[in-house]
Amino acid sequence: MSSTPATNLAIDADQRSRIDARHDAWFRGLLKFCALLVLAALLGAALSTLWGGREVLFKDGFHFLTSDTWNPVTDDYGALAPIFGTLVTSLIALVLAVPVSFGIALFLTEIAPTWLRGPVATAIELLASIPSIIYGMWGLFVFVPFMASIEPTLSDTLGKLPLIGKLFEGPPLGLGLLTAGIVLAVMILPFICSVMREVFQTVPVRLKESSYALGSTTWEVVWDIVLPYTRSAVIGGIFLGLGRALGETMAVTFVLGNAYSITSSLLMPGTSISSSIANEFNEAVGTHRSALIALGFLLFVVTFIVLLIARLMLRQLARREGN
Amino acid sequence: MASSVYLRRRAVNVMALALSACATVLGLVFLAWILWVTLKNGFSAISPRLFTKITAYAEQGGLSNAIVGSLIMDLMALLICAPIGVLAGTFLAEYANRTRLGATIRFLNDILLSAPSIVLGLFVYVIIVLPMSNLTHGEVSFSAFAGAVALALIGLPVIVRTTDEMLQLVPGTLREATLSLGIPQWKMTVQVLMRAATSGIVTGVLLALARLAGETAPLLFTAFGNNFMTVHPLDKMESLPVAIYQYTNDPSPDLHAIAWAGALLITLFVLALSLLTRMLFTRHKVRYD
Repeated sequence: MSSTPATNLAIDADQRSRIDARHDAWFRGLLKFCALLVLAALLGAALSTLWGGREVLFKDGFHFLTSDTWNPVTDDYGALAPIFGTLVTSLIALVLAVPVSFGIALFLTEIAPTWLRGPVATAIELLASIPSIIYGMWGLFVFVPFMASIEPTLSDTLGKLPLIGKLFEGPPLGLGLLTAGIVLAVMILPFICSVMREVFQTVPVRLKESSYALGSTTWEVVWDIVLPYTRSAVIGGIFLGLGRALGETMAVTFVLGNAYSITSSLLMPGTSISSSIANEFNEAVGTHRSALIALGFLLFVVTFIVLLIARLMLRQLARREGN
Repeated sequence: MASSVYLRRRAVNVMALALSACATVLGLVFLAWILWVTLKNGFSAISPRLFTKITAYAEQGGLSNAIVGSLIMDLMALLICAPIGVLAGTFLAEYANRTRLGATIRFLNDILLSAPSIVLGLFVYVIIVLPMSNLTHGEVSFSAFAGAVALALIGLPVIVRTTDEMLQLVPGTLREATLSLGIPQWKMTVQVLMRAATSGIVTGVLLALARLAGETAPLLFTAFGNNFMTVHPLDKMESLPVAIYQYTNDPSPDLHAIAWAGALLITLFVLALSLLTRMLFTRHKVRYD
């Protein structure tokens, strides 16, 4: 029996909604696949470096982690010196960058006149968009000579102090842990600063105004109201900067001096995980290459944990804001 | 007594504020210092042969193969990461906004955003360079394609995040209005929401480009470097950052000059892109606020 136009329409509509549903499912599947690629990238980075470094990690992983010899001739590899360099330079970077970032964030949120805030904030953020190779060149050609010229003064003044004196002994090479730490500090400063600035702005105005009304100074408002309120996010921002510093390669490679040594002086050259990889990977074969990939695995695990903490801390404030 | 407490508090306050202004000046000084050095050394080294000669001529050469290589690999990287990133970001914003999977992916994407680029280079080395070398018995090992994949991994999280955020800014009423017309969700997403968020998504892609254009570490063991001009995606390929890296490591001052010129090109490109995206982004924000 021939169908009327009305039932035709109903069948069409039925068919169409089925087709639509199918397309929807396909589309959704495609999107989900792409989103899962992000997970795959992270997981892949961890697994592939673990696989690439298996020769060193699984044979004698404990020796690899605790030995400070790095000898491609005898194929004896220990990661202690690069780990030491990475940690020390990142620590110097944090010690220098955190107060400065805090100062800049404070300036941009509380002190500066409104017309100045935008341009200065943009300028500071530009520091983040300068490629790290440029930091490396500037570091090597400009900052290293500069450091070499002030290091004698450093060892004559700070080097004479009782406890921390040891940190500033040694020849004024310009290259070294301290120089790398300072360059790193400049690099991570914009990241920490922008997090601080952002979270400082989330502090409810009524809290600050109440404190001002009780007679607080600007500094007291920032120190006693703003900072406690944003504490977890500020720590998150600091860890974010730490994560950046740990993994930074090009800038550090040029100014660190590439020496496998663990020294008490910050003026001495050293090496870091990332700069060891960058310097040696293309000449390395066999176990040497495997050791470098294993270093990459270590770096990835450490930065992953640091960044995980950072994100969790940052999320805490976002949650409170939502409540 | 009271006035001495007051004086002390005021002194602390003034000192803290002065220090914070000093910190700002310090930050700006470093920016100005780095930019000034790059501009000064870069402009004094720029010459036509930079764009016409290849790196094989060393001191008498230029950077043309590095410039072409960078353009090719950056473009390839964008072609890989832009579609994937936009689709993944759309998934997060439209399909998984309040789900556990969505939250996990968003969280891990933020981590990928600051993951060390050198490890991503190693990752691509292990999954692409090594297998290709094994398959072709060493004929193809390091390649522009591998370099592009490594760069794509750097750009991907930027695009995912911006797309996600931009789509979330599109007002819900637009979704309701579209769905009430009986339009399927995929069509709504592609033809209405993505269109509404176009400028935001483009911003994300440009931001990703600005980030990956300056990357050196992931290219060292994927695209390697090549002193001759090549456009073949399976060849080793030179890139500006890698050329700068090699020339900076060289003792020759003439090569340093060429490196500075290359540094100037990259810096100008990246800074122009960042400022452009900033302008796009602020315009975009105003429209939806």
